[in-house]
Amino acid sequence: MVIYGVYIVSKSGGLIFNHDHNVPKIEVEKSFNFPLDIKLNYENKKVVVVFGQRDGINVGHVLTAVNGVAVAGRELEDGRDALEMLEQSENFPITLKFSRAKMTTNEKIFLASMFYPLFAIASQLSPEPRSSGIEVLEADTFRLYCFQTLTGIKFMIVAEPSQPGMEILLKRVYDLYADYALKNPFYALEMPIRCELFETNLQTLLETVEKSGISNV
Amino acid sequence: MSRTGTKLDAKKVNSELFTLTYGALVAQLIKDYENVEDANKQLERMGYNIGIRLIEDFLARTGSGRCYDFRDTAEKIQSGFKIFLGITPSITNWSPAGDEFSLCFETNPLTEFVELPDNCSNLKYCNILTGVLRGACEMVQMEIACWFVQDQLKNDNITELRVKFVKRLEDAIPAGED
Repeated sequence: MVIYGVYIVSKSGGLIFNHDHNVPKIEVEKSFNFPLDIKLNYENKKVVVVFGQRDGINVGHVLTAVNGVAVAGRELEDGRDALEMLEQSENFPITLKFSRAKMTTNEKIFLASMFYPLFAIASQLSPEPRSSGIEVLEADTFRLYCFQTLTGIKFMIVAEPSQPGMEILLKRVYDLYADYALKNPFYALEMPIRCELFETNLQTLLETVEKSGISNV
Repeated sequence: MSRTGTKLDAKKVNSELFTLTYGALVAQLIKDYENVEDANKQLERMGYNIGIRLIEDFLARTGSGRCYDFRDTAEKIQSGFKIFLGITPSITNWSPAGDEFSLCFETNPLTEFVELPDNCSNLKYCNILTGVLRGACEMVQMEIACWFVQDQLKNDNITELRVKFVKRLEDAIPAGED
């Protein structure tokens, strides 16, 4: 029973709220000898494993530290270039730490605005007239549930495919939004939601649902 | 005004507290603007800003669907008054085209202790309500106009609020909306 995250998209398609809930953290640290037996590449401002999957280091994982020194982009904190270091045999043995790529806020905003036209296209593609947009989107590792209110705000939940009751949970999140975001006099409509009360109540709601199911909220 | 089931539970506020707070607001506005017309306008604007937020609470609470007929709308507005003010105004005086109706209030919690002084004869004391209705309907892509035709404060028998459908805001309807 895992809920991965909650997203709220405004009427105009901007991401106004996101909450990462229970994303399991995967981090692997391992020491390597020269020459390096996994293939790394620099893409999207990250050093990514592109081939050679083993010991829990999977293709798509990102290099986060070299010998305990954090990596930002392709540079170490002290300014050395990570990929260059890995080509020089005198730097070995070397300890590398990999983790699953984390989405930055910018990427989330980008993806949220990608979903917006997708949702609209789905309703156009429908063989039946006046179809709704995407309500559930399923993949092998997650399901995305989307609920659009009459006013055009979209509430989205990303959860494990087996997690039941997510449609009801979406309505509960809408309740919380109506209470703690809209009744907050300092919250401006269509702007990102930075309301602590909303966040804490949402957190409690998600935890209750995960622990004891949707019937208890 | 949280609903049952959440930790706060349905909190009922004594309507007198609400009446007095609203009275204080109106009195302050008249003092600030020194002009009844401006106070009317300001009340409508405040109501509008309340309406565009309050509609979400109404929808989340009732789970009501979209209206395809102005009669649906009238009933939903009526139920809104029940939820937020605890009163049920009657729906009357439909225009033949079905695009205009009146809400008649026998009692009105906003005006419970109010007598209008002579210098305020033009004041639309409850004008905040017209703003609330306009704001709420606008958020569900419906433009309406709304005004008072009778007012108990002006020695009418009842308070009558006229609501007129202007148009559907077609280009504001969200995609994929059934």
